[in-house]
Amino acid sequence: MFHFSIVLNCVDKFLHVYFTDSCVLFIDFFLVGIFILVFYAVLALVLIYLERKICAFFQCRLGPMRVGPFGIFQPVADMIKILLKEVIKINGVDVFLFRLAIYLVIIASMCTFGAIPFDRGLHVIDFNMGVFYFLSISSIGVVGILLAGWASNNKYTIIGAMRSGAQLISYELSCGLSLMIIVILSGSLKLSVIVEQQFYVWNIFRGGIPTIIAFIVYLISGHAETNRGPFDLPEAESELTAGYHTEYSGIQFGFFYLAEYLNMFIVAAIASTLFLGGWMPLHIIGWDLFNEIMDHIPPIIWLFSKIFVCIFLALWVRWTMPRLRIDQLLKLEWKILMPISLVNILFMFFWMMYL
Amino acid sequence: MNHIKNIVVNILYLIQGMYVTILNFFRKKLTEQYPENRGKVFPYSRFRGTLVMFHNWKNQHRCTACGICQLNCPNGTIKIITKNELSEITGSCKRVLDKYIYDVGSCTFCSICTTNCPQNAITWETGFEHAIFNRSRLYKKLNKENSSLIKNGKI
Repeated sequence: MFHFSIVLNCVDKFLHVYFTDSCVLFIDFFLVGIFILVFYAVLALVLIYLERKICAFFQCRLGPMRVGPFGIFQPVADMIKILLKEVIKINGVDVFLFRLAIYLVIIASMCTFGAIPFDRGLHVIDFNMGVFYFLSISSIGVVGILLAGWASNNKYTIIGAMRSGAQLISYELSCGLSLMIIVILSGSLKLSVIVEQQFYVWNIFRGGIPTIIAFIVYLISGHAETNRGPFDLPEAESELTAGYHTEYSGIQFGFFYLAEYLNMFIVAAIASTLFLGGWMPLHIIGWDLFNEIMDHIPPIIWLFSKIFVCIFLALWVRWTMPRLRIDQLLKLEWKILMPISLVNILFMFFWMMYL
Repeated sequence: MNHIKNIVVNILYLIQGMYVTILNFFRKKLTEQYPENRGKVFPYSRFRGTLVMFHNWKNQHRCTACGICQLNCPNGTIKIITKNELSEITGSCKRVLDKYIYDVGSCTFCSICTTNCPQNAITWETGFEHAIFNRSRLYKKLNKENSSLIKNGKI
């Protein structure tokens, strides 16, 4: 099968002909940065379009239909609008923290984005502790949200930020614990190893009942971490005007918006990488012809279709459930999801040992 | 044990809710793409779009210019201008309709005029595109040029 690192090595060798080693390293970093930024922005546009369409379909509407055929240029128009808007200066704001908050949120989601393996060899960095990296770097976003609420000098934002902090930190637990199931199953934290192991059977089927439970728990807690759907307490527009980003305007708000959408994508990407086989095509033991046909579909399409399924699930849940109260939210985490995932880890040990 | 039972029951309820929403996802969409589907006929015959005066093929209407609609209109929307016409048969003067002026701008579409009309001369149609560039065009003349009263009440 085609290995993407061949292309990367070719580019690297080509650069080595003309430049010195340190210069090549710098250019490599630069190219990777540009690639991530462009991909990030384009993906956000696609996600905004998809979200608006799917939400509209759930409400028996058609969604955006005017700008371009079937409204496909609507997010582009929105983006141009938000870039042209004025960034309002607010009195009584801690300017440094106010500006820093945006960058913390967006850097957290961008760093997580870089570690996702998109194809065979197509990832910015392949850590040997990739799962830990995901968990740790994605929780930096909480700091940004708390700072945004604190620095805005507004009671709505601080309530939103405090809710968000309580929610994200508590849901991080069951999120991490359900990912540990996969670590137990595959015996590795390295994402490329985890994906390679799922050549014949995806992890969700390989691990039996415990991984299915873990997958559901991960979907719920990951969904809660993206601040959307029934868990959108931090920005509950009927109670707090817009939660922690009430005071932000123009491109500053745009960054929060971007980070929110990309977090949705990242949670879906982690779920599909660890549970649904990542970029690995669907293989069935014994069906050689079937496996051969499936290999001809590019892995990146496999990954994106799996991610789309996860995002669709998240939106489906979002338009089904009403918003939870803060005590219900914390009760769901500490009394239901946490015990389930703790027991699930024990269950997984027995499953690994005796089955 | 009750705790676990609660969780299972609630999960079942959530699945039921998700089933309902996915049915809506695949349902026919209700949005009307307005300027594109302009020729589409909507089956709402009772819809009060525009006030029209019925004219038959001989350019005859049923309005006797009695003025009941003008009296009943709460907003002073309708204004009836009459003229005296000499009847050829009897040789006496008779009051007939000259201009039936209707102001869309002040009409609330309450339909008191049509229900009170003794001759059923004015009715509603479903056309709803009243937007125009000039305010004076909101005053519409409902009777056509050179129209006359229907003889013997026949259509």
